[in-house]
Amino acid sequence: MALALHTFATVKDANAALKAAGTRYLGGGTLVIRAANEGDVSVSGLIRSIDPALSAIAIAGGKVSIGASVTMAAIARHPELGILAKAARAVGGPAVRNMATVGGNLFAPAPYGDFAVALLALDAMVGTDDGELPIETFLAGRDGSRAIVTSVSFTPPKADGFRFLKVSRVKPKGVSVLSIAAVLGQAADGTVSSARIALGCMADRPMRAKTAEKALLGRSLTKDGIAPALAAAGEGTSPITDPIATAWYRNEVLPVHLGRLLLS
Amino acid sequence: MAKVPVQFTLNGSEKAEFIDSGTTLLNALRDKIGDTSPKGGCHQGTCGACSVIIDGELRLSCLTLAETCDGAAITTTLGLAEGGVMHPLQRAFLDTFATQCGFCTPGMIMAAKVLLDHTPNPSRDEVIEALSGNICRCTGYEPIIQAVLRAARANSQNAA
Ligand SMILES: Cc1cc2nc3c(=O)[nH]c(=O)nc-3n(C[C@H](O)[C@H](O)[C@H](O)COP(=O)(O)OP(=O)(O)OC[C@H]3O[C@@H](n4cnc5c(N)ncnc54)[C@H](O)[C@@H]3O)c2cc1C
Ligand code: FES
Ligand code: FES
Repeated sequence: MALALHTFATVKDANAALKAAGTRYLGGGTLVIRAANEGDVSVSGLIRSIDPALSAIAIAGGKVSIGASVTMAAIARHPELGILAKAARAVGGPAVRNMATVGGNLFAPAPYGDFAVALLALDAMVGTDDGELPIETFLAGRDGSRAIVTSVSFTPPKADGFRFLKVSRVKPKGVSVLSIAAVLGQAADGTVSSARIALGCMADRPMRAKTAEKALLGRSLTKDGIAPALAAAGEGTSPITDPIATAWYRNEVLPVHLGRLLLS
Repeated sequence: MAKVPVQFTLNGSEKAEFIDSGTTLLNALRDKIGDTSPKGGCHQGTCGACSVIIDGELRLSCLTLAETCDGAAITTTLGLAEGGVMHPLQRAFLDTFATQCGFCTPGMIMAAKVLLDHTPNPSRDEVIEALSGNICRCTGYEPIIQAVLRAARANSQNAA
């Protein structure tokens, strides 16, 4: 295999090395090394940084910041990241979770990217050496992005304000039919005062269900209350077709699962 | 291509090799070091046959570059037997017919070992979850689940 690994102590030096043609950043390698094993010869140089800051989790001042090299397993077992545990555990089996990083998940094409769906609902900021970008802007531009992601950060909602669901055909571990994450605010009377809903597998990368979000505002979380949101759930989607499910199937079952999540 | 040095402990003994940069740990173990207990089933992360334990964590050696293991402690199924006596998991796999063609077995045993190291008395659901990244095309899984539960019982009886 004509593949060389270059390791740098700092993100700055690794970013500089990534300017060379044929290079790619190496996170946990579950997608990059897999592609190399499958015969992807477009990459000849793998670049990584072992800066300890990339593996740090900081929780302070009501804000959570997770280094890009933090693994799904580390998030799932972190005592203060309970709200993210379900989304982290949704990624692969135990060995994959010990390797798969937050940074890599942001770049994972559908049907992968379950954790990024959770981060999109949480309105996370994606950090690089050049500053921070809202995750929505980051995801839209990720194909052209060469800068190393250093961290993601977000303000955690109240524990009962965040919901996550992954639908797969193989239990307990399987690739997504779809995944959904929602951050809901509720007024004193129980009606929805704010809603952010993110969908996985309903496009080539995680996307917001903006029409459904609007249709939820002022409604109660009852079967009738959520009906308009469910009717609008598929708006703007363009799901993938893969061996797990067709685009048609994903669109058909999206309202069913969104309904279950909202009523749960 | 330039060779790079890599040093780690494998089943307790020091290994130092010069390898091609970009070599996976699976290829380094099998082709350079001669430990063929991790199997190459898919090289895509999906079958788990290549599972090894690196610094106490289950990893897929087919998706791990050997260079990233410099200084690490690696355990493979080859290192489990002591003085010619099989590890309780190996014994239980034989006794419950949890191995047929045997291709998945070393990966299953690694996944089960990590589970029992952290959770000596796992529930059936915990066993299923721990093995969820490992595929077996022969046994139908039930004998494997039984083997892990039996090894856990044997361990706790020994400890009592
Ligand atoms: C068997 C198997 C099952 C899987 N199941 C799931 C699943 O259920 N859900 C799911 O979401 N995913 C799944 N995946 C996909 C994958 O493991 C995850 O998406 C994982 O989070 C990717 O992270 P990584 O660190 O391994 O990425 P890598 O393979 O290291 O990198 C992936 C891409 O991201 C880029 N990249 C990585 N880190 C950075 C960074 N810090 N800055 C800039 N670019 C970066 C790389 O250059 C590369 O292009 C599975 C993979 C396998 C092999
Ligand atoms: S060979 Fe590594 S998971 Fe199949
Ligand atoms: S015993 Fe043959 S694959 Fe499991």
